[in-house]
Amino acid sequence: MEMTRTAPLRPAGPAEPDSRASLGSKYTDKEEGNDILTQNPDRIALNVGPLLYFWPRETLLHFYATVADSPADSVTLGEVVCERRRELRPADWLALARELRSAGKEVVLASQALIASEADLRLLRRVAEQDEFMVEAGDVSAVQLLSSAARRFVLGPHINVYSRAALQEYQRVGAARWVAPVELALQAVAEVNAGGAPLPTEVFAHGRLPLAFSARCFTARHHRLSKDHCEFRCRDDADGLLLSTSDGAPFLVLNGIQTQSAAQQCLIAEGAALRAAGVTRLRLSPVSQGFDTVIAQFEAVMNQGADAAAALQRLRELALPGGLANGFARGAAGMAWEAAAC
Amino acid sequence: MSPSSPSPAKPELVCPAGSLRALKLAVDAGADAVYLGLRNATNARNFAGLNFDEAQLREGIAYAHARGRQVLMALNTYARADAVPTWQQAVDAAAGLGADALIVGDIAVLAYAARTHPQLRLHLSVQASASSYEAIAFYRRHYGIQRAVLPRVLTLAQVGQVLRHTEVDIEVFGFGSLCVMVEGRCALSSYVTGQSPNNAGVCSPPAAVRWQESPQGVDARLSGVLIDRYAPDEPRGYPTLCKGRFEVNGRRDYAIEEPTSLNTLALLPELIALGVRAIKIEGRQRSPAYVEQVTRVWRQAIDAAVAAPERYQVEPAWTTTLAHLAEGQQHTLGAYDRPWR
Repeated sequence: MEMTRTAPLRPAGPAEPDSRASLGSKYTDKEEGNDILTQNPDRIALNVGPLLYFWPRETLLHFYATVADSPADSVTLGEVVCERRRELRPADWLALARELRSAGKEVVLASQALIASEADLRLLRRVAEQDEFMVEAGDVSAVQLLSSAARRFVLGPHINVYSRAALQEYQRVGAARWVAPVELALQAVAEVNAGGAPLPTEVFAHGRLPLAFSARCFTARHHRLSKDHCEFRCRDDADGLLLSTSDGAPFLVLNGIQTQSAAQQCLIAEGAALRAAGVTRLRLSPVSQGFDTVIAQFEAVMNQGADAAAALQRLRELALPGGLANGFARGAAGMAWEAAAC
Repeated sequence: MSPSSPSPAKPELVCPAGSLRALKLAVDAGADAVYLGLRNATNARNFAGLNFDEAQLREGIAYAHARGRQVLMALNTYARADAVPTWQQAVDAAAGLGADALIVGDIAVLAYAARTHPQLRLHLSVQASASSYEAIAFYRRHYGIQRAVLPRVLTLAQVGQVLRHTEVDIEVFGFGSLCVMVEGRCALSSYVTGQSPNNAGVCSPPAAVRWQESPQGVDARLSGVLIDRYAPDEPRGYPTLCKGRFEVNGRRDYAIEEPTSLNTLALLPELIALGVRAIKIEGRQRSPAYVEQVTRVWRQAIDAAVAAPERYQVEPAWTTTLAHLAEGQQHTLGAYDRPWR
């Protein structure tokens, strides 16, 4: 394609995103065969984020059966960390997506966060070419494929958006919703959304934070194995492999090529700040134990008026080594915990 | 390469300048282009005492242009939501002063530059994390980028794959510090310090580092987190947090990455044959003397590799010079050649 740098960007979607996309308005978009853009304006929707770990097939299917019966509004589905994890094939993910949709969940298929090899690209094309479900772009390779096909998409949390101007660029090429980068403070989210949110906004609200990606698999490296002969040892770590400092403090978690926080981000006590920042959807990241409680507590606090302090206490009791953190949301170090004003 | 194919172009040698003195030494030592940044958060080496004000920028550009060399301006952090005009003003300054290209990572800055200064050449920064030809095609199509700097996570074969599928010039890192994480997508430093490298332009910032004597030796802490603990007689490195020693399953070692740095001199003929158009030397935070010596070695190496690729070999004198500069760190080929694959 010839370069067109002086020409205005053409709208890649069937229509420019318009006033329907203003914060809190009620609108639908059925073109994807999926009413992703329907949302009750008063509700903080709960989205089950993609499973970041490598769980055995039975465990995974049981987990999503529980999700199907939960108050969660939507599910983002698919393998986003490592192309070698193939416990479910693309057709299996699609079948699961259909089941969750039949259970009343909005379903989005996620693409891998790091695209480096031809195998990664082949997998990405399979996700991008199906048109039954909307896709969450894990990187700009996915944005290129989806926008070229005039498909609307969710902008995933690992695509950098730090300003309203950046978000508007992605809006022009078809972004229908965005997930803020995990390190973005709610104050910055509020600045992006000031004067009306360009797009519905989702924030990572509970779980170990995906902080970094490498070409190298740190789990295999720990086990002195090469990446291509890793024996799928990450399957042993249902919530990742804990890394502690030399003085014994839980610090990070190794999850294949992904590095996570040991602490679980928890924004259950940030309801007012989330609403003030224009956030309409919360991402709850799958965890091996007590995830139904996580969903139930967020539903109770965000949508039923339950007391945040009591819910926070419940989640503390469930916390993994590393405890809870909310620093990123407050513009502090991500690992910090700052007591809520509520 | 088959004998009938045209010989590949000589790659540009792109060298770092954290100061006017470094710029002049790099130009004199044979850099084809020098990259530099302003004295603020708009570039990814925002350290105290480093970088250029407008007068220095003007003088540096004049110095390079008088000798037929180029100046590339790194504007490669992400504009903060509350300070977008700061990044826009940096774009305007670069255009006004006659920089030969901007190195940009943020889509908001790319869009502003492409629309406001359509004549200005744009290079996609490594901070944009474009790790495939599809991602590069996106930035080409919408912002007309003419060069992309590849993340340091790709293998040589993957670099070749990108080159076969793009019309955009490709620049790769040849020498210097090594990020083991994909650049522009790493929140480790902000997780610990609250400062995002993507916005503030600095990873594991010096102001957050504390050295403390302890009964076990010397502790290196970043915002209070113990990154490494050295025995009294052990050589100490800067506590970049991904290069610290940590415990996993009761075993303490470099659990993420050894504190190595990148040196691809041995791969130079292969990089040239693949069609790489520019080789980047990392290190705007390094001294002018460092920049001069590294530039001189790489000038000789590129000239030798282009003149007679079949006879090319890494000269012992080059290795000695570079090893001396690496301050005891081991050199590796990084991801280009991954024994761990």
